[in-house]
Amino acid sequence: MLTYISIIITAIFINNIVFSQFLGICPFLGVSKKISSALGMGAAVTFVITLATTVAWLLQTYVLNPLGLQFLQTIVFILVIAFLVQLLEIVMKKTVPALYQALGVFLPLITTNCAVLGVAILVIQKEFNLMESITYGVSTSLGFTLALWIFAGIREQLSLTAIPRAMKGVPIALICAGILAMAFMGFSGIKI
Amino acid sequence: MKDYWKILYNGIVPGNPVFVLLLGMCATLGTTSSAYNGMMMGIATAAVLVCSNVAISLIKNLVPDKVRIPAFIVVIASFVTVLQLAVNAWLPALNASLGIFIPLIVVNCILLGRAEAFASKNGVIPSLLDGLGTGLGFTFALILLGGTREILGTGKIFGATIFPEDYGMLLFVLAPGAFIALGYLIAIVNKIRKTV
Repeated sequence: MLTYISIIITAIFINNIVFSQFLGICPFLGVSKKISSALGMGAAVTFVITLATTVAWLLQTYVLNPLGLQFLQTIVFILVIAFLVQLLEIVMKKTVPALYQALGVFLPLITTNCAVLGVAILVIQKEFNLMESITYGVSTSLGFTLALWIFAGIREQLSLTAIPRAMKGVPIALICAGILAMAFMGFSGIKI
Repeated sequence: MKDYWKILYNGIVPGNPVFVLLLGMCATLGTTSSAYNGMMMGIATAAVLVCSNVAISLIKNLVPDKVRIPAFIVVIASFVTVLQLAVNAWLPALNASLGIFIPLIVVNCILLGRAEAFASKNGVIPSLLDGLGTGLGFTFALILLGGTREILGTGKIFGATIFPEDYGMLLFVLAPGAFIALGYLIAIVNKIRKTV
């Protein structure tokens, strides 16, 4: 039980996927202008990461490892992710068209979200078992959603302030992200 | 001949993938703790980009339009696998310091972006030059960011001491420094672009 708690706390706070591992920066900068779309993106990414990690783990353990085809890992994983994202796109278009519109081009781009492939590869590298992998996947995506949510709140306020023209948009967003990352560094003192 | 120079130049300055197009941010932030790491990551990405651009421009007429994106991803993933095995075999130290970012070259938006926007519409030689130009632009950006962080953080550049390490700000080597340094560098580039 303690391993699971430690995996959850580490993935959400101590090793936050955005602020300390630099994965998933593109959607982090792209979809963080409004809180509502940030939460929608977080939910979509959570779904894809959890499923992709599970499928990737099963494929690695029961297909690639027994056949000695570990070098095909990257290709197999990216195909699994592309397939899942396509599936998610079809489902969302039918069930929540408003959110589908709001996410726009960033929905198909979840395929090239490095957080998804990153987590799938990391659970193999860390030699987690299936339950640990799923826990890690879910809590990492919760960490991603948390980061996106906090950041969207800041950016909503930020759009109202007067800042130098050259700093507008991405530069000021990156500097804010840096300060947020500094706040998250405070968690690194926690020993589990 | 002049056109070829233009293609090459376009990727380095006016269409710099990091400072102007804002693509490939994960690798940019994650691998630039020093100028050397940034340079090696840039070269690795450039190598894959040149190969994938050439391969995609060769097969562009064979691939049906509807499945072109998955086909491009598979081409890119194959070259990344080759690179991963090569780095593992010949440069194990680099493999350790870049870590997960080598397999993650697959999901670098720059590669798919150039494949879709350039290589799928142009011939082999222009695609090769476009890949080379964009790759050089990416490498240049990574060296600049890595160098900035290394100087501010440890007082060194490519391992050569500029000022004593005690005066360095450790923050710039750690995660927050990456965001802050890149933010200011993009702001400076914006300022220069507006005035030129």
